[in-house]
Amino acid sequence: MSASKKVHVTTTINKEEIDFLCEPRHSLLEVLRDNLGLTGSKEGCNNGNCGACTVILNGRPVDSCLVLGVEVEGAEIETVEGIACSSKLHPVQECFLEGAALQCGICTPGFLVAAKALLDKDPNASEETIRFDLSGNLCRCAGYDKIVRAVQAAGQQMNAEA
Amino acid sequence: MAPNSVSEVVSLLSEHGDRAKMLAGGTDIIVQLREGLREADVVIDIKKIEDITSFHYCEENGLSLGAAVACYHLYEHPQLSQLYGALADSTHIIGGWQIQSRASVGGNLCNASPAADSIPSLIALNAEAVIAGPEGQRTVAVQDFCTGPGRNVLENNELLVAIQIPAQGGECGSAYERFIPRNEMDIAVVGVGSWIRLSDDGTIAESRISLGAVAATPLFAEEASASLVGKEPTEENFAAAGELAKKIATPISDMRGTDEYRTHLVGVLVKRTLTTAALRAQN
Repeated sequence: MSASKKVHVTTTINKEEIDFLCEPRHSLLEVLRDNLGLTGSKEGCNNGNCGACTVILNGRPVDSCLVLGVEVEGAEIETVEGIACSSKLHPVQECFLEGAALQCGICTPGFLVAAKALLDKDPNASEETIRFDLSGNLCRCAGYDKIVRAVQAAGQQMNAEA
Repeated sequence: MAPNSVSEVVSLLSEHGDRAKMLAGGTDIIVQLREGLREADVVIDIKKIEDITSFHYCEENGLSLGAAVACYHLYEHPQLSQLYGALADSTHIIGGWQIQSRASVGGNLCNASPAADSIPSLIALNAEAVIAGPEGQRTVAVQDFCTGPGRNVLENNELLVAIQIPAQGGECGSAYERFIPRNEMDIAVVGVGSWIRLSDDGTIAESRISLGAVAATPLFAEEASASLVGKEPTEENFAAAGELAKKIATPISDMRGTDEYRTHLVGVLVKRTLTTAALRAQN
C-alpha cells in the first residue's frame, strides 16, 4: 500500500479525549507508540499471536496491532498506562510485582491489560478460565505459573477491596 | 473507507475490483496486507453498516448473522450458544480472547482457510451465505462457498452480507471439536462439526457432518450423514459414521500431522462430536 492522506481521528484514551492524524494503513499500536508516546503497549509478533500489544477497546481486550488507527474514531480505549489509579497501582500490577510474575517483562503490559479485563468480568475466575482466557498472551520466558498465581491473587484482592 | 450502506460497498467494489479488500475484524486481512499475502489499494471497513454488524434470531427463519459480528457474541449469548452449540464451540477457540473480540464468523468464512474452525460448524448447521452484488442479493449454501484454500465464490464486485442459519428446535443438537497439539491458539490438525435432529422415539431423524483441514476446502460428509438416519444414537453407529467420513478425507501431510494420522482423527472426532451433539439434543 502506498502512503496516503492522513486521517483525523478523535478518540478517548485512558479517559482523556485525544485526537491524532494517521495514515489509513497505520495500526492502533503504531499510533499509540509512535504518535502518542504511549510505549507501554509492546510490539511482539505484530500478527495477533503474542498479545503483548493488548489494549481494551470499548470494553473488550484486543490486539492493537490488528486494529487500524482509523477504526477507533469515537471509541474508548484503555492502555496499560491507564490501569493504575493515579499513584496507586491496580491490584493486578501489585500482585505481579509481589509474585515476581515477570522475567524479561516484554509480555507483561499485555498480560496486565488482559488480566485486568478478565478480572473486571470475573474476579473469581478459576485457574482453568485464567489459563484459557490468557491463552492469547505469550510469555517467551515461559513464566506462566507465576503469572497465573498473580492473577488469582489480584482477583482475591479485588474481592477484598470491593 | 467506511461506507454506511451495502450499495455503497458494491459501487466501491465495482470501481476497484480485486484491488479493494473488506475489513471486518481485521484479524486476517490486516496481517495478510502487512505481510504481502494479499494486496489492496482500498480497504473498506464494513462495520458502519447495520445489517452487517447486527444479528437476530426468530423461530421461523432462524439466525441471521451479520458478516462482521464478532465471535464473542455467539458464545457469550445465553440463548444462541445453547441453540447453536457447534458455532459456540468454534467461536470460543478461534484465536484467543483478543482475537474473538474482533474476528467475525463471516470473515472466517470469506478467508476460506481449509482449517477454518467455524466453517464445519456452519456446514453442519446447514447455513447459507447471503451475498450482495450489483444485481441484488443471492444465496449460496456454505458447503459450496469455498472453492479452494483462500478462495471463495464471491465475484470481485460482491460481498458477504450475512449468514443465515436455520432455526433449531429442542430436538436438535450440534458440536464442534478440533484436534491441535496444544489447547488453544493453534490451527486445527482436523476439525469436525456435527449436527443431529432426533425423532420423538429417540432415533436420529436427520444428521449433518462436516470435516475441516482434510481437503482443499471444508467438506460436507454426505454419505456419513445419511447413514445415521433412522438409527439409534449409539457409540457403535457414530463410529460407523466416522468410518464412512474417513473415506472422503484427502488430507496433506505437514508438520501438524501425516495424512494417515489426520484420517484417523476424522473417525475419532466424528464419533466424539456426534456423541456431544446427541447429548445436547437430548437435554
